[in-house]
Amino acid sequence: MQEKADQIFILLRDWLVGFLPASWQTAAGVLLGVVAIIAVFPGLFALTTVLERKGIARIQNRLGPNRVGPFGILQPIADAIKSLTKEDVVPLTADHAVHFLAPVVLVIVVFMGFAVLPVGRNMQLVDMDSSLLFYFAMGASGEVSIFMAGWSSRNKYSLLGAMRAVAQMISYEVPLLLSSVVIVMITGSLSLVKIVEAQNQYTWGLPHWYIFTPWGCAAFLMYAISATAETNRSPFDLPEGESELVAGYFTEYSGFKFALFFLAEYLAMFSISGLGTTLFLGGWSAPFAFLGWVPSWIWFFSKVMMSIVVMIWVRGTLPRLRQDQLMNFAWKFVLPMTLLNLMVAALWRFMGEGWLRWVVCSAILIVAYVIAGRIGMRREHLGPRTYRYAE
Amino acid sequence: MLGEGILRGLAETARNFAGSFVSKERMTTVEYPEERIPTMENARVFPFLVYDGADWEAGLRCVACQICEKECPPKCIYIEKSKDKKPDYVGKPQIYPARFDIDISVCMSCQICVEVCPFEAIKMDTQFELSTDDRFGGLLYDKKELARSNEYYHEIHPTEAAEVDARLAGEKLKSEAKAKAAADAAAAKAAAAAPVAKQAEAAPAVNPAETAPKAKPAGGGE
Amino acid sequence: MSFMFWILAALTIAGGLAAVLLKNLVHCALAVTVAFAGLALLFLQLDAQFAGFAQILVYIGAVAILVVFAILLTRGSETPKKEIGVFSRTWLAGLVVAAALFAVLSWAVLQSAGGLSQDDAAPTVSVLQIGQALMGRYVLPLEIVALLLTAATIGAVIVAMHEKEDSK
Repeated sequence: MQEKADQIFILLRDWLVGFLPASWQTAAGVLLGVVAIIAVFPGLFALTTVLERKGIARIQNRLGPNRVGPFGILQPIADAIKSLTKEDVVPLTADHAVHFLAPVVLVIVVFMGFAVLPVGRNMQLVDMDSSLLFYFAMGASGEVSIFMAGWSSRNKYSLLGAMRAVAQMISYEVPLLLSSVVIVMITGSLSLVKIVEAQNQYTWGLPHWYIFTPWGCAAFLMYAISATAETNRSPFDLPEGESELVAGYFTEYSGFKFALFFLAEYLAMFSISGLGTTLFLGGWSAPFAFLGWVPSWIWFFSKVMMSIVVMIWVRGTLPRLRQDQLMNFAWKFVLPMTLLNLMVAALWRFMGEGWLRWVVCSAILIVAYVIAGRIGMRREHLGPRTYRYAE
Repeated sequence: MLGEGILRGLAETARNFAGSFVSKERMTTVEYPEERIPTMENARVFPFLVYDGADWEAGLRCVACQICEKECPPKCIYIEKSKDKKPDYVGKPQIYPARFDIDISVCMSCQICVEVCPFEAIKMDTQFELSTDDRFGGLLYDKKELARSNEYYHEIHPTEAAEVDARLAGEKLKSEAKAKAAADAAAAKAAAAAPVAKQAEAAPAVNPAETAPKAKPAGGGE
Repeated sequence: MSFMFWILAALTIAGGLAAVLLKNLVHCALAVTVAFAGLALLFLQLDAQFAGFAQILVYIGAVAILVVFAILLTRGSETPKKEIGVFSRTWLAGLVVAAALFAVLSWAVLQSAGGLSQDDAAPTVSVLQIGQALMGRYVLPLEIVALLLTAATIGAVIVAMHEKEDSK
């Protein structure tokens, strides 16, 4: 019975596909999976927009939207109708082909990332040997479309916003990859399915999730910071801050194209949270062995929603980082810590089982963090100002 | 240590989030239009005309002196005087406004008309939900729409209205006393004029006695 | 040659030709990106998963961005307004150079590809084997490439720092 509840979507798909002739079955199965992804994740996106607005409102001592449905639940429908009926204004000197293609390419690339996330037991769309690499390849392709959006608007604010966004995304791509490489190193495989299965074991009732190891915890923190920066979320949302650059690289987009960018940003948030859950929080595995009767996809979605809640919480708490502070943070703090983490994970692996490796690895990481923190919090000695003028 | 401030900030926002469900001081939103903040007593929006008694035409205090029309900075008041007269609160026949229009889309709520009115006829109202979809005449209020009773004035500005009523009652008393004194003087004069031949030497003695009480109310009624 | 191969080949060639023939330089850079994507898909079609995804990650995610930034930071991004049409003025020269390069490369490939037949089962090279090869047999080239990259990075930093000091 619990097996059935766990695999209910797979069984549903097999039953539906069984009506078709045999040569069409695999293609139809994949198509059903694609339709499911396209239906579920934008639905979650709609729910998240309301949750975010109400959550941030409550943090700021006010009510969120509460007029449209009971407690404002139907607000996304109102937003969708608004963005569909707005006039699509394209500037006269804009590059029409590239201006049109930019949101399309971004949405395509973000949806592709969902294809490899193991949403439940046996529930990933494609099972590849190097699925983690595929995910990062798709993430890197998103930067091209952001640049396309900023360039095609022929607007200096958009271009500046696009440059800043691309610089930020590239800078944080490196710590993101390095934190994930630690997981690959310990698991020995690039396949996300194998990574989740490696975490699905229990010792004294506690799971083997990688976040519960010292290098895994450090890697998770750095992954979280880099993921927040990759998706241009607060406190790293300078490229799209309303008070900074009008709206950054989507200044010249109105109506449905803007809604597509918005959709792509939230979907990127979901997929990067999904990847973080898979790598560090055990994917679809339950926290304790006795809770294994709850279906696996429920655990996955709960963990992803918890990550989203934390992202919303951080957005409501922290002020925005300036561009140079962002970049300094990435190259001078997060990147050295990820390299150190890589070495600590190698040390962990070669020290063998036992309590000693826990103590040594935790000690190295904590000491490094405290020292780096003290260096980072030193007061800057400001000298006389020098100016650099453009030639 | 690095990151401590962030954790403290996160704790503070979490406390705000949780507190917004239970405590009133963390959720101060008033959900308009279902709930409203009660207006303060000296709130002012647009003017209205006060009338005493039940009949708004007969009891209207305005005597069309046109001082408010002249003093209004954006000139939003338009007054036309009537041709006949009607008695005011002390009984004296006064002219009344045949037409009194205020354009509230022009009025800037400066209250100068209230300050200069010598008859306490125009006061400030506190209603602000006056939007209308009639853009050509909907915001031009005439005499009938502007007239509100003195009881309504007591409701919206209790202390002011009580003070105005006390002052008007006081003036009424003084003018009545003055009228009575004038009537007494006239009666005394008539009585003194009849036996004028016999009491020619008593008249100078009576007259100072009557001029003295007559001078006192005139001086006290200023 | 399967149907998918023809489509991907057409996509790659179209991207390459557009990169040579178009007037707007940024459009050319985006067309090169399309050509990179086509190449990556060709690798994937040949079951070389690591090569294909690494091609996307490195070429589209980094090299294309680099090319575009280089175009933007110089004056190459200005479009001459008086020209109409999609193709650049020097399209014939570009086409001739591309055709010449293609001829040389295809002669070299055909000369050396005598022993392969199309029906051999392609060996599946897993990431594990690539890693073992890199760390085992090819470790010297790996270290030299790493050194080269480090030298390039340090050189870039020094050039930028010198520029800052020169203008003081």
